[in-house]
Amino acid sequence: MKAKIFIKYKEGILDPQGTVTNKALKSINIKGIDSIGIGKYIEMDFKKSINKDNATAIAEDSCKQLLANPNTETYSFIIED
Amino acid sequence: MKFAIIVFPGSNCDYDAFYALKNIGYDVKFVWHKNTSLDNFDGILIPGGFSYGDYLRTGAIAKFSPIMKSVIKESKKGKVIIGICNGFQILIESGLLPGSLINNSNIKFISKQVILNIKSSNSVFTRHIEGKQLKMPIAHRQGNYIANDKILKELQDNEQILFEYANNPNGSMLNIAGIINKKRNVLGMMPHPERASDNILGSSDGKFIFESVLKNYA
Repeated sequence: MKAKIFIKYKEGILDPQGTVTNKALKSINIKGIDSIGIGKYIEMDFKKSINKDNATAIAEDSCKQLLANPNTETYSFIIED
Repeated sequence: MKFAIIVFPGSNCDYDAFYALKNIGYDVKFVWHKNTSLDNFDGILIPGGFSYGDYLRTGAIAKFSPIMKSVIKESKKGKVIIGICNGFQILIESGLLPGSLINNSNIKFISKQVILNIKSSNSVFTRHIEGKQLKMPIAHRQGNYIANDKILKELQDNEQILFEYANNPNGSMLNIAGIINKKRNVLGMMPHPERASDNILGSSDGKFIFESVLKNYA
């Protein structure tokens, strides 16, 4: 069982990495991109004894308590077998 | 006045802070972050650096160090707490100060001297230095202070903004360089007063802040 966790900046929070990367893509002539947001991707592997409900609760708790900053970031995750 | 300087793995301004406080006349001791008691101290300083390598987010892991429970406990008693640079980031992550510190607007690590205006002299940190401008260095990548409108209004209404940049280097809202909590005993600031505490360092203006605290205590 595995959680794939995505953390990104809330809308309106300055994301200089995204802005600069978007400019770089424009400069190499890649067209059609409106904006880029750069966040974090975290993979969490669970112990064998953990079922899907437990995994969801653990991932949720981890995001709330440590992985995301509720002031500036939002999180989402998917649980996979 | 007895001051504790908290040392995390990755703190790197701890000795600068020790030097600055000692020279002014404080009784200073280092306290390792695994310790759990700060009962014997009158003040606490969380120095700059890269606690836990800035992994995940600046200050995010340090807030779970055993000593932080004591820092929160002592703050409730009204003891003076100063967080500088990474120390400011840790105080924010710990919930002792509002808002967030995010990447500088130019995405670069900025290391240079800045000029600070004293926005409020209504605090133990600034009571004796009204109207002065202070010169001291900044050295950070995540010093861009942001907060929602409600917090910004509160900071202004309660005179919680102590220091503002004369020339905003990092994009901080309202040019914020340093703030205090509502109770007015916890200060967080990105600029480094401890690195501006001796003329040989290019400025000794940082001393004014520590001297103000000491004068107030006496």
